[in-house]
Amino acid sequence: MKKIGENSIEFDKVYLKSTGVVAGPLEGKGPLSSYFDYIYEHEHCGCKNWEKAEMILLSDAIDYATTKAGLNKTDIDLYIGGDLNNQLAANNYVMRNIEVPFLGVYSACSTLTAGIIVGSTFLESGYGENIVTMTSSHNATSERQFRYPTEYGGQKPETMTFTISGAGATVLSKDKAIVKITKATIGKVIDLKQTDVQDMGRAMAPAAALTLKQHLLDFNILPNEYDLIVTGDLSKYGKNIFIKILRELNINVEKNYEDCGLMVYDKENNNVFAGGSGCGCSTLVTLGYLYNAIKTGKYHRILVIATGALHNPIMIAQKESIPCIAHAIVLERC
Amino acid sequence: MEKRIDEYKIIDNVLEKNKPKRNYVKNALKAFIVGGVVSLIAQGFLLIFVKIFSFDDSTSKSLMSVTMVVIASILTGFGIFDKIGQFSGAGTYIPITGFANSMTSSALESKSEGLVLGIMTNMFKLAGAVIVAGIVSASLSALIIYLVEIIG
Repeated sequence: MKKIGENSIEFDKVYLKSTGVVAGPLEGKGPLSSYFDYIYEHEHCGCKNWEKAEMILLSDAIDYATTKAGLNKTDIDLYIGGDLNNQLAANNYVMRNIEVPFLGVYSACSTLTAGIIVGSTFLESGYGENIVTMTSSHNATSERQFRYPTEYGGQKPETMTFTISGAGATVLSKDKAIVKITKATIGKVIDLKQTDVQDMGRAMAPAAALTLKQHLLDFNILPNEYDLIVTGDLSKYGKNIFIKILRELNINVEKNYEDCGLMVYDKENNNVFAGGSGCGCSTLVTLGYLYNAIKTGKYHRILVIATGALHNPIMIAQKESIPCIAHAIVLERC
Repeated sequence: MEKRIDEYKIIDNVLEKNKPKRNYVKNALKAFIVGGVVSLIAQGFLLIFVKIFSFDDSTSKSLMSVTMVVIASILTGFGIFDKIGQFSGAGTYIPITGFANSMTSSALESKSEGLVLGIMTNMFKLAGAVIVAGIVSASLSALIIYLVEIIG
């Protein structure tokens, strides 16, 4: 492992041994459903409240990931995870049942890549053989956390995103596997004074663009180095702005770029506004679809730039703007 | 640092040029039509209470409001109101139906936190603003009327 350029890391030996992906009902109706390990038929996942439902999603994802890696949950050296609830509730409450060291990370909807970067760094610095990273989000818990009650009848604008109900876990390992995590770029907090929390793609697009620019600069490569570049949850409007910003910065990604928020849902038949968002968004796409696409050889090298809006509802009420961040990781077939 | 400021200027420019357009005319028209329909239904109830049940005027008006609140609350409970609200916007949000929805949805949302600390504490979370605004403006207008009467 070594630092490259200003913000980047190159890993020597970090493999993505297995993933576990569990989704909610609406996500299960989308085009990527065949890549999920389990799909719950109801948003409640058989639980009494939304928070418990999110915990079930998360603990199931951990079960799938560890089982597929042929490991017991206690064989893992370290768990690293985060979600969108206050105090990372879903992760902390799930981890009380697994007696293994745990580190909570919060990076809003970019927690997936933040967790994988931290996990890979731990692994490379010699902390054990297997590390689990995980994230979860639930539409109803994050609506409660950041927006209005779920049944509230206010009108949402077209730019609004729809928080994904889903969770994913990875087993990062020193053992050789098909998918390898080779590079990462850690994002800076970028705040261009955007204040509309109903248009977060717009606020996050600059952070994603600057992380991509820094990544290309640090490794001295062009975007066509990658078969596919995905951003986390910029949604329909943010995606557009992302492309336009990059065009101004003389970076062309139009051929090999997609946004996870636009890949999860069946947008024709479900009203999800501008697309999916939340920790689960980049998680379901990356650990479900993209992981399998690399495994089967459809893609060889993918850059995942998960994007997060780091705002706090109280600070927004105090007329603050939305600080954003984007962390990038590279998945490679080897 | 200077390079970064230049980049910010370029990005700001792109953000400025790509502001989302909200269709105010279409939204206002939808709100007008749905709001009108809601009022029409309420008027229908008022007529029923006056003509068929022969209640006096003020009782009928109260009953009409209560009926609309009950209907909005039941629709909220069945998860239908938020879908109507998404279409109509201010059309269902401004009438008493919006008030009922804000209370019922808050109550439903906080049910898992218990009866007292959950439902009872949170019920007025959104509706509280309407009540405060109502009481303050009523007091102010009463004061103005009183002063005008004294002077007049």
